Amino acid sequence: MFEKLVEFIANLQEEEAIMTAKQLLDGGTDPITILELCKEATDLVGKRFERGEYFIPDLLMSGEILRQISELVKSNLEKDVETTYIGKVVIGTVEGDLHDIGKNIVTFLMEANGFQVFDLGIDVPPQKFIDKIKEVKPDIVGMSALLTVAFEAMKATVDAIKEAGLREQVKIIIGGAPTNEEVAKYVGADAYAKDAQQGVRLAKEWI
Amino acid sequence: MVKRPEELYQERLKRVEDAIALQVPDRVPIVVGWGFFPARYAGITYEEYMYDPEKIMTAAIKVHEDFEPDLAENPFGLRFLGPILDVLDFKQLRWPGRGVKPNMPYQFVEDEYMKPEEYDHFIKDPTDWIIRKYLPRICGALEPLSKIAPMKYIYNYGRLNALAPFGTEEVQQALEALKKAGEAALRSATYASKYNQEMRKRGFPLSNGGTTQAPFDTLGDYFRGTRGIMLDMYRRPEKLLKALDVLTPWMIEMGVAAGKRSGNPRIFIPLHKGSDNFMNEEQFKTFYWPTLRELIVGLVAEGMNPVVFVEADHTSRLEIMRDVPPGKVVYQLENTDIFKAKEILGDRICLRGNVPISLLCLGTPEEVKNYCRKLIDVVGKKGGFIMDSSVNVEDAKIENIRAMFDFTKEYGVYT
Repeated sequence: MFEKLVEFIANLQEEEAIMTAKQLLDGGTDPITILELCKEATDLVGKRFERGEYFIPDLLMSGEILRQISELVKSNLEKDVETTYIGKVVIGTVEGDLHDIGKNIVTFLMEANGFQVFDLGIDVPPQKFIDKIKEVKPDIVGMSALLTVAFEAMKATVDAIKEAGLREQVKIIIGGAPTNEEVAKYVGADAYAKDAQQGVRLAKEWI
Repeated sequence: MVKRPEELYQERLKRVEDAIALQVPDRVPIVVGWGFFPARYAGITYEEYMYDPEKIMTAAIKVHEDFEPDLAENPFGLRFLGPILDVLDFKQLRWPGRGVKPNMPYQFVEDEYMKPEEYDHFIKDPTDWIIRKYLPRICGALEPLSKIAPMKYIYNYGRLNALAPFGTEEVQQALEALKKAGEAALRSATYASKYNQEMRKRGFPLSNGGTTQAPFDTLGDYFRGTRGIMLDMYRRPEKLLKALDVLTPWMIEMGVAAGKRSGNPRIFIPLHKGSDNFMNEEQFKTFYWPTLRELIVGLVAEGMNPVVFVEADHTSRLEIMRDVPPGKVVYQLENTDIFKAKEILGDRICLRGNVPISLLCLGTPEEVKNYCRKLIDVVGKKGGFIMDSSVNVEDAKIENIRAMFDFTKEYGVYT
């Protein structure tokens, strides 16, 4: 049953996955075990995405299945689960840009790879990045964009992080359709990632 | 000898038409999407470029006179929107001065504007769904239209009492808003047509005669949302396919009607949700490509030239996307490998693009020239190529745009 659950989730079989999770819970399986199985399935999904077998719709679908199962589980859970992370990431789409698909994919994949991700959302002004950096002391800051207005917004964000005296404490990575190595250099980031997979690889090297 | 505007007009039009027909023109044509560039170039705000038609007119004409592209872009339909959006209390955009800063471009607000359980309504009667469900959600001022009866109920004297909701104050306010929005739209259309005449006088043919969309993108962008439509591929594929079939003739009809009305066959089709990372190949072949292909073929059958703006990266789709009528279609490429595209599509499809926007924003004129040289040498070989940037140039450095235009006109001459 445990293996089946992992398989159903990773193969995006929504109905079967949720039914199996219900049966396990009803049969007295520890909710924590179910969450661990979910984690295992997430790893598989992440790996398939990294290998180019899965695409954005697959990530969304697996996220949707996981959301429903964790809602089921949480109603059975007495206390919060302690999770250990390999590093912390603060991520957001920079000021003036409202696009979030790319950022959400990176968030999913970072989480699947064991990072704790603080997602600031879209249209994030520099100050909001700074406040979060001070609060959670991340290893990595990720800035996302789809529009060319974001070049200046990214630069302004990096400059503000410098002025706040926080630049040495974090690695900054950028990504999004119009960005590339040149943009990373221009805005003063440490790196550009051409896709989510590369972002995760870089993040792992840094911590 | 200075050429008369009429001569210039015919020369530019022929240059572009030759490229589309995969012939060798006198030189590589050059066209760009300006976005809000004309506002910045004229020293006015983006907000003014959405609200003040005289300033839009002056700024847009100036850009074309100074850079002389082979086709002119009419800014009114996509920029002079402010007054219409205000009257409707439009929710699907945030625009300069209304939700984004006065010098930021407008942006779309994604949501699930069509609920999954509304597929049947949409499939059976899309117009009724648009009037009573969709418009009330995306326009605050049209919310009361959700209270009216389906218009198909009102067909004989015994059914006239179904008009009752139109007697209420709230529906009358919605009608008042429609009337005002209509006036604002008419004003925009009048300016648009005046602009076309002004450009004709200056020797510029117009870039696009109309716009339409791939059925999957219309449904995904405006109705179901990205997340919604992607989950539908797993949860309700049959309904999704039916909805796409409803949309296909509708998208063809819009493109053909606009092309005939304007007398300009170049119909713009921006692609959004079928790129390399956005679905797997099987999904592309099942949900995205068949109705897009039908749209392209349907437009060509009516004498149109689809100008497909292939956004993001579609390099892995090139073989599939080859299957369109030869010599009639333009693929305008953003991040797709344009050199590979020339190999795979060069004998069938005119390619347009793709000077990277990052280069135009951050690079030097020398770097821009080098990239253009490579494009002209490789992609421009034996015609079938139009020079353009990868996306609109609103944030590009002026000297880089200058370099792109001057270099293309000088180096792009076919001998």
